Amino acid sequence: MDDLLPDFLIEAHESLGELEIALVRLEKAPQDKATLSSIFRHVHTIKGTCGFLGLSRLEHAAHAAEEVLGKYRDGIVAVTPDSITLILRALDTFKEIVAGIAETGAEPVGDDSALVDALNAVASGGTAPAPAPSPVAEAEAVADIAHPDSPDPEARAPAPPASAAPASAAPASAAPASAAPAAVAPTAVAPAAGPAAKTEAAATTIRVTVDVLENLMTLVSELVLTRNQLLQTARAEEGSAFAVPLQRLTQITSDLQEGVMKTRMQPVGSAWTGLPRLVRDLSLELGKRIELVMRGADTELDRQLLELIRDPLTHMVRNSGDHGLESTAERRAAGKPETGRITLNAYHEGGHILIEISDDGRGLPVDRIRKKIIANGLATEAALAEMSELQIQSFIFHVGFSTAAVVSSVSGRGVGMDVVKTNITRIGGTIDLKSEPGVGTSFTIKIPLTLAIVSALIIEAAGERFAIPQIGIVELVRAGVRAPGHAGRPAATDESEQAAGQRNGSFIEQINHTPMLRLRGQLLPLVHLGGLLKLGDTAAAPHGEPAGDQAGEQYIVINQVGASRFGIIVDRVFDTEEIVVKPVAPILRQITMFSGNTILGDGSVIMILDPNGIARAIGIGTRPASNAAAQDDAQVQGSNGKTALLLFRAGGTELKAVPLSLVSRLEEVERERIEWVNDALVTQYRGKLMPLIGIGGAEPSPPGETAGQTARQAVLVLADGDRTMGLMVDEIVNVVEDVLTVSLRGDRPGFLGTAIVNGRATAIIDAGFWLKRAFADWFAPGTGARNRRPSVLVVEDSAFFRGLLMPTLSAAGFELVAVPDAIAALKLRDAGRMFDLILSDIEMPEMDGFAFAAAVRAGGPWRELPMIALSGRSSPADVERGRQAGFDDHVSKLDQGALLSAIAERLGQPAASGAPTHAARV
Amino acid sequence: MSHVEASHDAARPAASGGAGKQPALQKTAPTTFVTMMVCDQLCGLPLQDVREIVVTQSLTRVPLASGEIAGSLNLRGRIVTAIDLRRRLDLPPRPGTERGMSVVVERGGELYSLLVDEVREVLDLDGVKFESDPPTLEAVWRDNSVGICCLDHELLVILDTDRVLAVG
Repeated sequence: MDDLLPDFLIEAHESLGELEIALVRLEKAPQDKATLSSIFRHVHTIKGTCGFLGLSRLEHAAHAAEEVLGKYRDGIVAVTPDSITLILRALDTFKEIVAGIAETGAEPVGDDSALVDALNAVASGGTAPAPAPSPVAEAEAVADIAHPDSPDPEARAPAPPASAAPASAAPASAAPASAAPAAVAPTAVAPAAGPAAKTEAAATTIRVTVDVLENLMTLVSELVLTRNQLLQTARAEEGSAFAVPLQRLTQITSDLQEGVMKTRMQPVGSAWTGLPRLVRDLSLELGKRIELVMRGADTELDRQLLELIRDPLTHMVRNSGDHGLESTAERRAAGKPETGRITLNAYHEGGHILIEISDDGRGLPVDRIRKKIIANGLATEAALAEMSELQIQSFIFHVGFSTAAVVSSVSGRGVGMDVVKTNITRIGGTIDLKSEPGVGTSFTIKIPLTLAIVSALIIEAAGERFAIPQIGIVELVRAGVRAPGHAGRPAATDESEQAAGQRNGSFIEQINHTPMLRLRGQLLPLVHLGGLLKLGDTAAAPHGEPAGDQAGEQYIVINQVGASRFGIIVDRVFDTEEIVVKPVAPILRQITMFSGNTILGDGSVIMILDPNGIARAIGIGTRPASNAAAQDDAQVQGSNGKTALLLFRAGGTELKAVPLSLVSRLEEVERERIEWVNDALVTQYRGKLMPLIGIGGAEPSPPGETAGQTARQAVLVLADGDRTMGLMVDEIVNVVEDVLTVSLRGDRPGFLGTAIVNGRATAIIDAGFWLKRAFADWFAPGTGARNRRPSVLVVEDSAFFRGLLMPTLSAAGFELVAVPDAIAALKLRDAGRMFDLILSDIEMPEMDGFAFAAAVRAGGPWRELPMIALSGRSSPADVERGRQAGFDDHVSKLDQGALLSAIAERLGQPAASGAPTHAARV
Repeated sequence: MSHVEASHDAARPAASGGAGKQPALQKTAPTTFVTMMVCDQLCGLPLQDVREIVVTQSLTRVPLASGEIAGSLNLRGRIVTAIDLRRRLDLPPRPGTERGMSVVVERGGELYSLLVDEVREVLDLDGVKFESDPPTLEAVWRDNSVGICCLDHELLVILDTDRVLAVG
């Protein structure tokens, strides 16, 4: 509620101002229908909003005024100066109520019955009372106009009726009759007949049209471009006199651009403020239980974009609730939790902001969509038969499409998803959908941060220049090229290659003509930019080697996309520049390799590469790494179901595979360093002993017994925490991404079965089997949550006690978030934050610990979390009261030992309600 | 970079005569056209769509774009997408040495530059009769034009800006 008030205040302030002008206009031209309608609308809106916000006093007054205005509009009551005055008086009352709200956050207490009666009298056809003094309203209006710095809040309290003063809508002087104590500074007495008195709401903010900011942004980008030009010229001359001022200019320009961009950035959560209410209303209207989870509400984006996505988001949430989620009975029958969940997730990725809207409902009904497509003549049956499910589902974005059997009042009017898609594409964004029958649907909106000025690296491939946003670049590597076993390669440059490789330890290796980079022992997939973009020699394959010359060294730009890394091979690397991102023209937008284009300092146009698009093109998953969804129950609707697999051969020609995520490194160990100890093979690895297990058909033989083996043994290193083991293999074949479905389950120990990977039958190893052979206790409990620190929410109003608790808790290994009151804590809950345990003080102003616990236990995502009460009081009655309210435990604030053991106990055991805690999940 | 702003001087063809002209509310149906040569065929675009005419300067290729897109160019700080009209109309490419001219049009807030061989004059064809495309005309021409105008010495194909820009 709190965050809706400021918006309401600003709007109300504006509306009241407009109303006043309009009323005066009406008085001069009582027949002006347009003005009348406008006035009526304003008041009606204010009344409605008040009703929603629970501002009953204002609502009643507004209702009475609305009655009169309605009668004006319908011509039942004539517009007379007296009645206009009455309404203007009502406006004054509104204003001071609004001012009161701005001051205290709640309506000032007051009695408007005289005003309301007068208004009702007019509405029922009587004459307006002679403009009688309304002392209460007047005195308060005076107090309202009083200096905002007035230290005395009692100045706002309704004054006892003062002696009658000449009444008008304009209490011109503050002096008479004001019950406000003299402490009220008489300085700021603005005549209310003029523009409306300033309220607190307007004091600290200023409204600026978006156009003004837009112009500012354009000017700043032009400035950046001009500065780039100057920089380039200055760079050409050494020691030019321009160098120093240019540096200063660069600094100022950066700051300026940051500042201007900040003016436009707002957290996406402000587009979500209406959604909880919407979902609540929806669930009542539809009779379904719906939970809304919102994550990443503080992800920022440009204000203009915010406005543009507000409606699409609302529409999609409505759709999810109405069509996506099944009824409670259906969900029960399907074995799903009765409460349907709609999840909003916003995050930044590579210069875009992504918003996912997903539900765990029934998914998009492909058959009904198919029927609708045919019925609406959008495609023929034959064409549909050729299409994939996803393509059919994507028809919901076509104009005029709607599958709602009953067009409910909520959604399904057939103007839905196509409008959403149009709105999003217009701002240069894209929308993707994923849906699985019975599981749910997820839409992902991707919007570029337009007009962003970003840092980008300028590179060259096949004679053409491109820009890569700095944000995704992890490293720049100069690598040698090693091609073992390829006799046809020119040997002349071997030495320089080897030298280059040894110098920085990295080589480009070819596995079946797929280039990969071995960087500090890790394998990274690579792609030739020239080949990918089909530049120069068009015969080069996307993954292929550069067609002609191959220098001893190549430059590789290593990018991080989601959780994966890969490298882009380029010919030359220039420098990093700040560029203004301009979205590509609509006819070029389907080329996913580019996220925009820009003009360099020398005036040339270059394309900006999109690492995400490149990653997708070479088959690398782009699931975000930082997504907090990893912590929650499976909401893996964004996943494309593919697993990265490392293919290898060991003991035979059969292809074997292990999930790449388990492999931490690829090593080649010299055979003479493998030792046979206690009937097992080990090697010294990074200062520790690493057990080696052979995956061939037979047991590995002690070293030295078999001749004909190479001098080095290829080893896949698996590591978890501080334990490492090595799987000995003969040959590493490739790294691929494919859907992992084990089709033939074998009963060979150590293997899960056979799967088709990239078209070939591959044996999938059972990593767990081999891990246990290395360390019998690999999977012992206690190592599960080792790497994750439990997160604790501390609700404590005393800064002193917070300062006392935090260091202790932090040293004990907890991730802490502290809030000074329960309201802030509940805000975190509503924003979708999750914790493992909540510590709360009892004595807190506004909302005490008991009320807080009750609120948490009443419902919502924290309902089942363990809660511990901290208190200075620990009488049995208090403890009991705490338990009743929902606390699991009660600890004294000053006994830190007891606190820590209570926390440990709660995290290791189920909470009082019997539900498992987060830490118990592995 | 030199450029010539399209002027509104019209050279009237000899055809139109008589007082019974259509009223001036022809805002929707354009009557003034910028004419240009595309591979020896005279084509026209509505004057109201044309922003300016420039000599084609250096283009940046857009990799992976369809063949009709010649690239991007920088027009006083705005990025303009260039479409080769010869490719668009399935005509043989321009002989290597000639640079050609660019007709810059604007659609949906974006600027596009249509590469042509030559730009001729601006014609006011108010009152001149248009023939619709004969069915024997090749599909690609029919798709991109709205009609043919019979001038004194040659035929003028009136192109539809929206359809010409509907690439890919």
